[in-house]
Amino acid sequence: MKKSRVIQLLGLILIGVALGFGYTHRSQTNAGESITAVGSTALQPLVEAAGEQYSANHTGIFINVQGGGSGTGLSQIQSGAVAIGNSDIFAEEQAGIQASKLKDHRVAVVGIAPIVNAKAGVTNLTQQQLIKIFTGKITNWREVGGKNVPIVLINRAQGSGTRKTFESYALNGHKSAESQEQDSSGLARSIVSSTPGAISYVAFSYLDKSVTTVTMNGVRPTEANVRNNRWKIWSYEHLYTSKNPNQLTKNFINYVLSTAVQKKLVTQLGYISVHAMQVERSATGKITTVK
Amino acid sequence: MDKIRASLLKKSVASKIERRGKIISLSCLALIILVVFLIFYFVASRGLATFFQNHINLWSFLSGIQWNPGTLGTNGQPAVGALPMIVGSFLITICSALLATPFAIGTAVFMTEISPRRGARILRPVTELLVGIPSVVYGFIGLQVVVPFVRNTFGGSGYGILSGTFVLFVMILPTVTSMSADALNAVPRYYREASLALGATRWQTIYKVVLRAAIPGMLTAVVFGMARAFGEALAVQMVIGNATLLPHNLVSPASTLTSILTMGIGNTVMGSLQNNALWSLAMILLLMSLFFNLVIRYIGRKGKLNNER
Amino acid sequence: MNAKRADKLATGILYAVAALVVIILVALLGYILVQGVPEISWHFLTSPALAFEAGGGIGIQLFNSFYLLILALVISLPISLGAGIYLNEYASKNTITGLIRTTIEILSSLPSVVVGLFGYLFFVVQFKLGFSILSGAFALTVFNLPILTRSIEEALANIPDSQREAGYALGLSRWETVTKIVVPAALPSIITGVVLSAGRIFGEAAALIYTAGQSAPALDFSNWNPFDISSPLSPLRPAETLAVHIWKINSEGIMPDAKAVSAGASAVLIIAVLLFNFLARWLGKRLYKHLTAE
Repeated sequence: MKKSRVIQLLGLILIGVALGFGYTHRSQTNAGESITAVGSTALQPLVEAAGEQYSANHTGIFINVQGGGSGTGLSQIQSGAVAIGNSDIFAEEQAGIQASKLKDHRVAVVGIAPIVNAKAGVTNLTQQQLIKIFTGKITNWREVGGKNVPIVLINRAQGSGTRKTFESYALNGHKSAESQEQDSSGLARSIVSSTPGAISYVAFSYLDKSVTTVTMNGVRPTEANVRNNRWKIWSYEHLYTSKNPNQLTKNFINYVLSTAVQKKLVTQLGYISVHAMQVERSATGKITTVK
Repeated sequence: MDKIRASLLKKSVASKIERRGKIISLSCLALIILVVFLIFYFVASRGLATFFQNHINLWSFLSGIQWNPGTLGTNGQPAVGALPMIVGSFLITICSALLATPFAIGTAVFMTEISPRRGARILRPVTELLVGIPSVVYGFIGLQVVVPFVRNTFGGSGYGILSGTFVLFVMILPTVTSMSADALNAVPRYYREASLALGATRWQTIYKVVLRAAIPGMLTAVVFGMARAFGEALAVQMVIGNATLLPHNLVSPASTLTSILTMGIGNTVMGSLQNNALWSLAMILLLMSLFFNLVIRYIGRKGKLNNER
Repeated sequence: MNAKRADKLATGILYAVAALVVIILVALLGYILVQGVPEISWHFLTSPALAFEAGGGIGIQLFNSFYLLILALVISLPISLGAGIYLNEYASKNTITGLIRTTIEILSSLPSVVVGLFGYLFFVVQFKLGFSILSGAFALTVFNLPILTRSIEEALANIPDSQREAGYALGLSRWETVTKIVVPAALPSIITGVVLSAGRIFGEAAALIYTAGQSAPALDFSNWNPFDISSPLSPLRPAETLAVHIWKINSEGIMPDAKAVSAGASAVLIIAVLLFNFLARWLGKRLYKHLTAE
């Protein structure tokens, strides 16, 4: 009893000393310099990869990237809890956000394409057909030249950036009918690939052989077509900061916008570089040509 | 004399330890209670904002069938009708519990009464292992195996209450089984001995004595299973289809409170109506699990054969 | 039908039910293992994950899972042990105790999503812990407390009163009886409870997505100082666990080998839970021997 008490006490003292030693000898460089970016899961891989490279080049600086969704990102940056809020949509489009208090940095462009199950038997749809399909007026692929298979709509979650973009630019602002919803691109793709007659939409980086990519009005969803706005379904990826971000945040955003990142990382991850765009689009959807 | 007097009147070391022990254990309990109240407070403060700040009618929230908080519904108020999700959650929970209970209790009886050796050797480790499988994995197996199976056997797109029920059935089976087995094990041995001595067969002993004595414990097991089914998010979300429509049948896409909650929470901004409405869903989840607990408690008290241990 | 026939029939049915359940469960495990085990290699277990190229591993996520599990257990075990002792040994049977029990049951039936969101609001935002292991461990504690408390309480309740009476007869106080006699005797079932809850913690994703975060920054495995942010022991770094990683690559992963990684990670998860089970059982047996037969 007595002996075990002594051993316990010694153990506690030892742990205490070890912790104290650790605290006084912690490397000071790693302690302070870090920024946190929170938000869109679609943008997360890019910021994460850029952050890793940035840390590798600047010893002791730590870029902490988290998902959580565009809404989380915007509300966190609005409350000042983080340095950067990642978003798929313009702050102006998000309810509950005062966009005038935030600064927008567009770091990449993402194209979105409709995908259908291979059994539907269609490879092209006109925009009118697409609208009718998503508003529930057309319910069988036969009606648009496909096989006799009922259409299964797979939407993205309400409020998701991809869905907002798709409804604005593919459905011309029509709200899609109540249907199945999924909250991630990967899941939407795997459901479309396994469900006969399913249709959904994903970012270009998720297009693969398991699903049929549909052309709209004969235009193919390619990077070249997005650049000149012939393919209209695309959106910006935003890094939002406060009006006066600190130096480290500024440096990091400049790094993301640098040619090194835009040329390599952005394209590797399946986004389109903002530098490559021949047009610019405002929050209200106004298109201007970039010289 | 005074010394003896003092030492007799002084609190003994043991009673000091006793006091300290009681305080420590009580404060642990108090901490848990505090956590519960904090959760209630947080969820309620957000969830009630829908009704007090955004002035949504409670009844139209509970009975409405349109869910699209960003837009206005047919009655001119924001479309926040939670009925489809409430119905979906209830249906899926009840169906999976109905399906799982006979299997779980049968297996538990087997484990404890028929072949305890095999039960301990095979069934117990397997069930305990299954508890550790993340729900995501269940969801993906559901997507790859259950959904096509339902589509080919029962028609429809395969997404819906039925697929969710099957996935949840497998998910809650281990929990309900092992907890039922615990309840059966807790039935004193002399109950069985008395019954067997009266000439009852093994089945009669199980059915007339052991099962009855274990009813409260098994009900608790079922509640735990139902609670898990009710609160399960990621797995259900993958197979139920997440359509905020009232389900017409068991194979039409539906949604549950949790699936809409997880899908939407990242896309909304704290303090906005869209976000508050989701917290209201969380509050319903909370209240419904409270309700479940109370009901089962009531049944458990009624069904108890005897109280003394 | 006479009683004997009924007995035979019921036994047969019970055999069938048990067999069916075993088949379902084993098929499920087999499915995961068959798909996943071929993906497992030393490289897969130790190298960090890659975001968009093939060939990434799960090393950091695996470490994070274990670290988070240990932290969560370290926090929740003493609390639930205390609460379990109070409920079973001290609390009198009245309405208030019943109410407390109901409260704990409500906590246990709380959806893990709600726990995660609460953890996000409370630990991440309110306490400014950020997305960190500590926030995750607290959220897991909230999630784990009721289950553990309940199983400990049950384990204690199953110890016959004769043991307690023996303690009192020797002149021990109630607290001493509990800590020296009842708890050691109940240890094997307490361990089982811990193992069960550890399994749940290990596979939990929904409660961690918004608390421990979804990113696993590179760690410096030569630096074991808990106050350095790149140290594996640092409790304030974000930590994606294995279960969260599986969720993430399945929903948003763009690496070409996402399916293989997810299958492999699931298999690793199950094997880890299995190993953990064996270890805990072995430890439980040894402790039991040590504490009771000395």
